[in-house]
Amino acid sequence: MQKESVGIRLKNWGSEFRRQIPLQSMVLPAIVFMIIFNYIPIYGLSIAFKNYTVTSTIKTAKWVAMKNFEIILTDKYFWASVKNTLGISLLKLAFGFTIPIILAVMIYSVKDGPFKRITQTISYLPHFLSWIVLGGMIISWMSTTGMFNQILISLGIIKEGTNILLDADKYWWIASLSDVWKEAGWGTILYLAAMAGIDPTYYEAANIDGATRLRQTWSITLPLIRNIIGLNFILTISGLLGSNLDQTLVLMNTQNQPTAEVINSYVYRIGLAQGDFSYATAAGLGVSIVSVILLVIANSLTTKLNDESVL
Amino acid sequence: MQPRTTADKVFDGICIFVLVLMSVIIIFPIWNVVVNSFSSAAAVASGKGIFWPSEFSIENYRAVFRDTSIWMAFLISVLKTVIGVVCHVFFCAMVAYGMSKTYLKGRKLYTTMGVITMFFSGGMIPTYLLIKDLHLLNTFWVYIIPALFSYYDMVVLMNFFRQVPDSLEEAALLDGAGTWRVFLRIVLPISKPSLATIALFHGVSQWNDFMTAKLYVTDKSLYPLQMKLYEIIVQQQTSQMANPTGATIATTSKGIQLATIVVTTLPIVIIYPLLQKYFMSGMMLGAVKE
Repeated sequence: MQKESVGIRLKNWGSEFRRQIPLQSMVLPAIVFMIIFNYIPIYGLSIAFKNYTVTSTIKTAKWVAMKNFEIILTDKYFWASVKNTLGISLLKLAFGFTIPIILAVMIYSVKDGPFKRITQTISYLPHFLSWIVLGGMIISWMSTTGMFNQILISLGIIKEGTNILLDADKYWWIASLSDVWKEAGWGTILYLAAMAGIDPTYYEAANIDGATRLRQTWSITLPLIRNIIGLNFILTISGLLGSNLDQTLVLMNTQNQPTAEVINSYVYRIGLAQGDFSYATAAGLGVSIVSVILLVIANSLTTKLNDESVL
Repeated sequence: MQPRTTADKVFDGICIFVLVLMSVIIIFPIWNVVVNSFSSAAAVASGKGIFWPSEFSIENYRAVFRDTSIWMAFLISVLKTVIGVVCHVFFCAMVAYGMSKTYLKGRKLYTTMGVITMFFSGGMIPTYLLIKDLHLLNTFWVYIIPALFSYYDMVVLMNFFRQVPDSLEEAALLDGAGTWRVFLRIVLPISKPSLATIALFHGVSQWNDFMTAKLYVTDKSLYPLQMKLYEIIVQQQTSQMANPTGATIATTSKGIQLATIVVTTLPIVIIYPLLQKYFMSGMMLGAVKE
């Protein structure tokens, strides 16, 4: 009995599918696209457990189980890149997470008008610069006779300019703060969108009660956007091991490499420049798995704080 | 929300001060690069002219425009942006229209497949091996084909299409128009604002994209402008480090580097007002997921 009804349902499904052929012909190319460009590379991750060489294919390469991962554990260059990635990410977390919230609150409290519009326009602009353009700019600002040294000299802080990018001790700051410079303004958009949805009667009531603007920000605005703040926090935490390859490739040089090499650039160097595909894939895969774990931890943490899941 | 107490006035004052400071911190360094690109090599070398070109010169731009490889790179960038945007927007819109119909058979499976791609990816090396196996290395199409579809953009467009009133389509269907005809003649024309949003954002990412060329293209005649700029930057960095005393050679190429930066960024600045008109709505729609 049941077999038959499944058969009939399949037949119905099939005939309806056939009636939808024009519609299906619009969607199926995307399915084929995703299988090729998204799912085949996911299958390709299997070379992390294999010994892939130029002469083999993903399928024929020999299985080596966890050998690549065992090598990672003792690879000091890999761990140096992890340290740099975490250092830069934590600095980004400290500034790149908080500054957009502060800026959004400030933009929100300014009266509508040309000042607000112009400020917002300026704040979004750096987001649209490519990292190569920005990298070129940073190299120019940080050079011996560049803007940065000129300002420091005219303020009397230093006597003579140096090329700041060649100083490995300062690289983490350059990498994280330049990222904040680029993205902080853009980061306000989501918060401003959330603030636009706040019912203005809350503020009217608070005004009658005599609450100051600062107090209103603290007790009305921020609590009402805490979901978005939580969401951004989760995304930031899960991205702690993520690193910006564009930025690193353009800013890294032989002098600052010890502090500039991040996981992505290491994978790039080992995999594509030196041809050790399996090992590089294993390193990349290991990092993605840790990132997923971080995402789950951050989500459960904010769920506890917020009493509701943000994801 | 008129300021009433001193505390409120102070709060407003601080806000305005911080926002002005932010604007200065963003604008001034960019201005500095423009100023230096219009300065003579000697002026840049001596560190003059932070606010205004000390020895105004367009020599850097002359050098940039004399270099035919920069013209070629500019052409490649324009081509990859224009072709990339047209193909991407059409492909995503086509899929989005199909997916906007809830009665589409297999829709649940398609959605699951798409959502997975937003969270998992093969990463750099497996993707490289795929591109290699597809023989896309060192071809122009490596800029276009892998960027053809994005599930995220598709969802944004699908949400737009949902707002198209059903009655419009039904009337056309009654007149005997097929699904494709309705899509091409009715849905696409009335969705211009949403298509423009996706087009602008994809355009910026195509123009700014450097990684595709860095990973998959070694043929210099196929370098887009961003890759050409990267090459100039790297050359200048190495020559400077190999020969720190050769200030004149380094600064000449530094001026060219700065002029190339300005030329590379100009198209973005030109379409920026347009972008701004659309990105608010784009962001909002992106936030409202299915």
